[in-house]
Amino acid sequence: MATYLEFIQQNEERDGVRFSWNVWPSSRLEATRMVVPLACLLTPLKERLDLPPVQYEPVLCSRPTCKAVLNPLCQVDYRAKLWACNFCFQRNQFPPAYTGISEVHQPAELMPQFSTIEYVVQRGAQTPLIFLYVVDTCLEEDDLQALKESLQMSLSLLPPDALVGLITFGRMVQVHELSCEGISKSYVFRGTKDLTAKQIQDMLGLTKPAMPMQQARPAQPQEHPFVSGRFLQPVHKIDMNLTDLLGELQRDPWPVTQGKRPLRSTGVALSIAVGLLEGTFPNTGARIMLFTGGPPTQGPGMVVGDELKIPIRSWHDIEKDNARFMKKATKHYEMLANRTAVNGHCIDIYACALDQTGLLEMKCCPNLTGGHMVMGDSFNTSLFKQTFQRIFSKDFNGNFRMAFGATLEVKTSRELKIAGAIGPCVSLNVKGPCVSENELGVGGTSQWKICGLDPTSTLGIYFEVVNQHNTPIPQGGRGAIQFVTQYQHSSTQRRIRVTTIARNWADAQSQLRHIEAAFDQEAAAVLMARLGVFRAESEEGPDVLRWLDRQLIRLCQKFGQYNKEDPASFRLSDSFSLYPQFMFHLRRSPFLQVFNNSPDESSYYRHHFARQDLTQSLIMIQPILYSYSFHGPPEPVLLDSSSILADRILLMDTFFQIVIYLGETIAQWRKAGYQDMPEYENFKHLLQAPLDDAQEILQARFPMPRYINTEHGGSQARFLLSKVNPSQTHNNLYAWGQETGAPILTDDVSLQVFMDHLKKLAVSSAS
Amino acid sequence: MSQQGYVATPPYSQSQPGIGLSPPHYGHYGDPSHASSPQGMMKPAGPLGTAAPGMLLPPGPSPSVPHQFGQNGAHASGHPPQRFPGPPPVNNVASSYAPYQPSTQSSYPSPVSTSSVTQLGSQLSAMQINSYGSGMAPPNQGPPPRPPQPSILQPGSQVLPPPPTTLNGPGASSLLPPPTYRLDGHPGPAHPNAQYQPPPLPGQTLGTGYPPQQAASSGPQMAGAQLSYPGGFPGGPAQMAGPPPPQKKLDPDSIPSPIQVIENDRATRGGQVYATNIRGQIPPLVTTDYVIQDQGNASPRYIRCTTYCFPCTSDMAKQAQIPLAAVIKPFATIPSNETPLYLVNHGENGPVRCNRCKAYMCPFMQFIEGGRRYQCGFCSCVNDVPPFYFQHLDHIGRRLDHYEKPELSLGSYEYVATLDYCRNNKPPNPPAFIFMIDVSYSNIKNGLVKLICEELKTILEKLPKEEQEEMSAIRVGFITYNKVLHFFNVKSNLAQPQMMVVTDVGEVFVPLLDGFLVNYQESQSVIHNLLDQIPEMFADSNENETVFAPVIQAGMEALKAADCPGKLFIFHSSLPTAEAPGKLRNRDDKKLVNTDKEKILFQPQTNVYDSLAKDCVAHGCSVTLFLFPSQYVDMASLGLVPQLTGGTLYKYNNFQMHLDSQQFLNDLRNDIEKKIGFDAIMRVRTSTGFRATDFFGGILMNNTTDIEMAAIDCDKAVTVEFKHDDKLSEDTGALIQCAVLYTTISGQRRLRIHNLGLNCSSQLADLYKSCETDALINFFAKSAFKAVLHQPLKVIREILVNQTAHMLACYRKNCASPSAASQLILPDSMKVLPVYMNCLLKNCVLLSRPEISTDERAFQRQLVMSMGVADSQLFFYPQLLPIHTLDVKSTMLPAAVRCSESRLSEDGIFLLANGLNMFLWLGVSSPPELIQGIFNVPSFAHINTDMTLLPEVGSPHSQQLRMIMGIIQQKRPYSMKLTIVKQREQPEMVFRQFLVEDKGLYGGSSYVDFLCCVHKEICQLLN
Repeated sequence: MATYLEFIQQNEERDGVRFSWNVWPSSRLEATRMVVPLACLLTPLKERLDLPPVQYEPVLCSRPTCKAVLNPLCQVDYRAKLWACNFCFQRNQFPPAYTGISEVHQPAELMPQFSTIEYVVQRGAQTPLIFLYVVDTCLEEDDLQALKESLQMSLSLLPPDALVGLITFGRMVQVHELSCEGISKSYVFRGTKDLTAKQIQDMLGLTKPAMPMQQARPAQPQEHPFVSGRFLQPVHKIDMNLTDLLGELQRDPWPVTQGKRPLRSTGVALSIAVGLLEGTFPNTGARIMLFTGGPPTQGPGMVVGDELKIPIRSWHDIEKDNARFMKKATKHYEMLANRTAVNGHCIDIYACALDQTGLLEMKCCPNLTGGHMVMGDSFNTSLFKQTFQRIFSKDFNGNFRMAFGATLEVKTSRELKIAGAIGPCVSLNVKGPCVSENELGVGGTSQWKICGLDPTSTLGIYFEVVNQHNTPIPQGGRGAIQFVTQYQHSSTQRRIRVTTIARNWADAQSQLRHIEAAFDQEAAAVLMARLGVFRAESEEGPDVLRWLDRQLIRLCQKFGQYNKEDPASFRLSDSFSLYPQFMFHLRRSPFLQVFNNSPDESSYYRHHFARQDLTQSLIMIQPILYSYSFHGPPEPVLLDSSSILADRILLMDTFFQIVIYLGETIAQWRKAGYQDMPEYENFKHLLQAPLDDAQEILQARFPMPRYINTEHGGSQARFLLSKVNPSQTHNNLYAWGQETGAPILTDDVSLQVFMDHLKKLAVSSAS
Repeated sequence: MSQQGYVATPPYSQSQPGIGLSPPHYGHYGDPSHASSPQGMMKPAGPLGTAAPGMLLPPGPSPSVPHQFGQNGAHASGHPPQRFPGPPPVNNVASSYAPYQPSTQSSYPSPVSTSSVTQLGSQLSAMQINSYGSGMAPPNQGPPPRPPQPSILQPGSQVLPPPPTTLNGPGASSLLPPPTYRLDGHPGPAHPNAQYQPPPLPGQTLGTGYPPQQAASSGPQMAGAQLSYPGGFPGGPAQMAGPPPPQKKLDPDSIPSPIQVIENDRATRGGQVYATNIRGQIPPLVTTDYVIQDQGNASPRYIRCTTYCFPCTSDMAKQAQIPLAAVIKPFATIPSNETPLYLVNHGENGPVRCNRCKAYMCPFMQFIEGGRRYQCGFCSCVNDVPPFYFQHLDHIGRRLDHYEKPELSLGSYEYVATLDYCRNNKPPNPPAFIFMIDVSYSNIKNGLVKLICEELKTILEKLPKEEQEEMSAIRVGFITYNKVLHFFNVKSNLAQPQMMVVTDVGEVFVPLLDGFLVNYQESQSVIHNLLDQIPEMFADSNENETVFAPVIQAGMEALKAADCPGKLFIFHSSLPTAEAPGKLRNRDDKKLVNTDKEKILFQPQTNVYDSLAKDCVAHGCSVTLFLFPSQYVDMASLGLVPQLTGGTLYKYNNFQMHLDSQQFLNDLRNDIEKKIGFDAIMRVRTSTGFRATDFFGGILMNNTTDIEMAAIDCDKAVTVEFKHDDKLSEDTGALIQCAVLYTTISGQRRLRIHNLGLNCSSQLADLYKSCETDALINFFAKSAFKAVLHQPLKVIREILVNQTAHMLACYRKNCASPSAASQLILPDSMKVLPVYMNCLLKNCVLLSRPEISTDERAFQRQLVMSMGVADSQLFFYPQLLPIHTLDVKSTMLPAAVRCSESRLSEDGIFLLANGLNMFLWLGVSSPPELIQGIFNVPSFAHINTDMTLLPEVGSPHSQQLRMIMGIIQQKRPYSMKLTIVKQREQPEMVFRQFLVEDKGLYGGSSYVDFLCCVHKEICQLLN
């Protein structure tokens, strides 16, 4: 085996799994002393070119409480045609189809390289995907126009047999009937009245209306295969109609007097969308796509009143308990989100407005259902347009990069228990022997539902070592975890992906070095960050920071090498060296700091943080800074104010923003127009290089980042300045007396100060 | 006023408990002197034959004449002037008179001299007797020993001239047969008929006396003790009627005939110009055609009063118990040969109004101090004339611009209202019409939806508009519904209409604003597209359930949202049973009929509709309902909102496309094109001494003075009752100003003012001679129909009978010349009150019979509540025209005949119309040439009665008949459905119900019986 780094990378590529610890401490006590919990980041649908699905169903352990899937770690008796479950040790007979197996003739699931394998389940009716557009019409004319065009465009991207539906809302909510010829027909609902699913279905005539219909014309009963047929129709049938319908969509016609916000019934619109699908297509893949241009201003789920003079809640209001509608609205959307999750549908929110749109209250909708959340300034921006287009991007097989209605089941060997998960999922409340009583994230279950997921959706899954100290695990023992993800593929197939991994146990007292070396600080940072962000949703910001600090100090105490009370002697091994730095940046990140962010922005950032894979998450925690200069090829540089030099172009990627920053000199050159002079073509190339790199990032990322092109002294430079480590500030600039870098006007502590402090605390025997 | 008021006071109107007259007073019966006194007063007028409505002909008995007036046997036959048959050519007639003469009375000797009072001598028994006895007796006997004054059926006291109409020509005319028999309680008459003499107590005696004759009684007579109101009058009346019918019936020709009265009025006043310059003058009857010239008082087309002379004191009013009321039809249609209303525009100053009582400037304002001030005619307050309005006075104290300003010289005119008169001080938006079509299964199936949609396409071209404008300002909107509502966006820029379904009927709302109410011309193509598609859209629907209240709610909300008044046209077919507010169940319980709980059937089932109506009125939303029921639909509930919002109810039972579509379409067209004002508030101001206290009609009142109407059209009338506050002065009279603030069809806010001056008198006789029976009946009908909601019908019927008797008794006691107690003496102005009252009593609303559909009763009740005088007259006493005697040359309508089976003949064809229905009755021996001419079939047997339109045959008879039907239809708010009735075929039963002088099919006494009944009552009162 090569280095742990390679091992980790290989594992990630093969299984989409990264563990905080790759050698596991063998007892509960020791595990808790490790500070960072045993946990992993799992990307259930990680794209793998070399993973063709097998066209049969998995073989399950026959023990009813286990039902683990046959995997390469199982012991197989080829002669007796028996296999032993590696989780419960049950001996199972192979099914008849496996009679031919032998050491040389193995099914794929027994081959070691198929630690992750995907099965295609053939049974069950295949229902087409469903896309239900829920469109706000209280938009500015050009915004609405842009949105309409995007929606029309999206019809061409949908699978032809996908069902689409359209709900528009403003003061009222309209559910458009798509089947009728001639007169366009819609069902209208008052935007102020909350309706139960039953009422909605009654009002839409979804409950047994087919009966009289059929009596009326017994001749063609097959005309309405689905009662919902009127509202959800295959794209290929009605794309012309729907295109026209979208084209004719008008702004909400109700007058908005001066000083008022338009009345926007987002809450009811979503409720109706949920109710519509709930009644007609439970447990089939469906996306409710909410496009909104402002906050809900009436009815259930309203976030702010229609008086413009009363601004929408800020963090300040929330802290002061001054956000009148927040709790009620949140409750409303949570109720919707839970219902949606139960039905296996997901809700996307595309919110484009200059002001807040109530994402704080609505965040649970995408968060619990695995939907997307996109925030922009206007529907008429490339940010929205391209992001939206990217939803429908396809993989190399021509399938949409989306999957629906997944359940993730986790099985562990008996030394481990499942503490919880953090990600775009809801608990299925399946208790079992491997479920821990201690919860981290969404716990108390061994199964979660992920209603919408894509190849990058990543969950943090936390475990607890339960093996007692006095029952040591024999040398070379391995713990195993199996992840079984059942989902509806975008091709409407039901599929099951099974990932089975195993790690060595190690006695933390005798083999701490091993464990230490197998620490994945990146995964650990992200997993700890997820825990922190998860806590931040329910706890006060400072408490979370204190908790995070304490964990960091404890980790340093545990794994640092130092002499007591001597900060200068403090050292961390390579596998931990970056961890404090991640924590430093995490503390400053918008995931934990709400200062300067609106509640909506915080919700938006946290939403993405809780679902992106490790790489992206790390970028979010600690943005990447590249430098372009004449001194050499582009190189990553420290995210530090000292990196801001006059003769550099900087490219910063924070995940949400791509900032290109021209140093002072560069900016002057450009202003002087050198790039246009043939003799300075190299300067032109230099200017172009970050742009090209930025494009590359822009193309690949979802959601599309905000693209900021600025220069020294530009107002937008604040995006860069707020992220870098303020190693030079107005306070210490002269003290350091160096001419490099740019001072940051902040009172925030710098990384250096942070580290000094950390060392001091780590070596202190007091704590 | 409150119903309680009603309850508390048995007689409608004047609330004197008990009878004002004390029996003793009646001691002297029709005292000639009494009678004459009024005459005296009238003398001046007397000469003018024309002036006296009661009189047909100039005095001067013309023997020939009498005959035609079969009706009032009562009138002195001798007096030609009266329509009363002088010498009755016909046996009957003659006889009839005779009987009436009270033997006791000496008064009648000279009819000429007799009072103007018409006396109907004798009570029933007498009458009956007469009828037969007379045949022989009169001639034989010659004048009775007693100078029997024939019962004097005097035309109104005003009649004055010579011939007081005595009933029996007898007394008066020597030619008349002497009254043969006198039967009144007075023993005197030695007569064959003597037996009939009513004993002192009519009831008893009669009862005993006549038993034998019961058997003999024929048709019209009621066999039972009660008059034809079974159970209806268990009380007093019943007893009186108790007597078994005499062998002979009273000759119908001998009792006052409405036809005769109408024809007389027509003859004397028809075609003339009636100038309204005289205070308190009595206009011609509603059945008479004449031209009105506004000279300071409102035309009778706008206001008709029950009496044009108010009693000076409330004591007098109580004594007479004549209701003081005005029937106001502020938007009445004015024929083209009369001047339309002038529009006064004072610009920003607005109308000139009295500072104190806020009355508007009108001819009753007296200018003083050289024109600088004026005294209000209503409250006598002296006001400064606003500077802009100043004008000098001429030598007689009149402003120089008197004739230039409509408000100074005319009874009716309009003001342009200023912003102060507008809702929220904003000029109103033009009104909107919303068409709401029930697309449930039954309406689709019978083709109604298609019919409506087709018709709307043409009808929308004819939306009402101001004359000077090119395009109607009225916007239109469309809703269809079954148990959910479908709104349509028909904005002009759409290629296709858009349908918006509102399923939340529990809390209905308007899903769109822009595009719902549109200008028809601009959105024509979209609307046509929509109307083409609606029938197809729902062709496959078999939704049976409907909602109703949410539909109205939706329309109202739409108008509210658009901030405009308007009118909803709802085309509905069934009981709204779908789960929604206003949901109704079938509660048609025949067991309730004839119990104290019967009133429940007339009350709405839920109060949803009541509050909905209030909301509608508050937002100027009028609801017109076209109902197509095939079974019980709970008219009482469904009709409430239309009724209270000034809308109209139309009902087509068991609608069949080929039979009923024409009637429906005519109604629809008519209703859309009608003259109408929206969002109206009416206020009736009066001069001091009396005030308006009670209001009846399609109105809603939130306080005691403001009459609120979501809309008021040309056919709607409000009946207002007045009561005394104080004494009235004969000099100043009683002044009424009715002001209606409303929004025109183009969205202009206007005030329509009608002024009317009435006389006052301290003489009861003046009061009686100024009465108008048609208006009285209108009042009685409305007040009784209103009371139906709160009182048992039995009580109501009793009150009506009692009050009738009371009014007549009071007259008899105070105004008529002395006569025998047995004489029935009717004031000329009320000659036909009994027959009309009987018709009212026989109306299905007041008739508690399970055979009659509850819906029909509720429908008619609601209908009558907003009827004007002319409509109620026809409604209660249908017009029956002989067709077989038609003069094809004449363009005049043939003279009507009385509504009695006895007037029909086997060889005749008759047309009957009551404003809702029209019947063509064919006698079995109808002349074939007529049948050929009308139906284009060879014989009676070939006539297909399954038609509602007469075929267009080129023959003169056909043309003439259809023209007549056209004329009858012309002025009526409802299109009448024609039913062809063959004699002796089953449908004739329906037709018979309209022969209102006969005993009703389902009860209700004949005219004769009723007269007897009333007479007994009177006698009882007098005693």
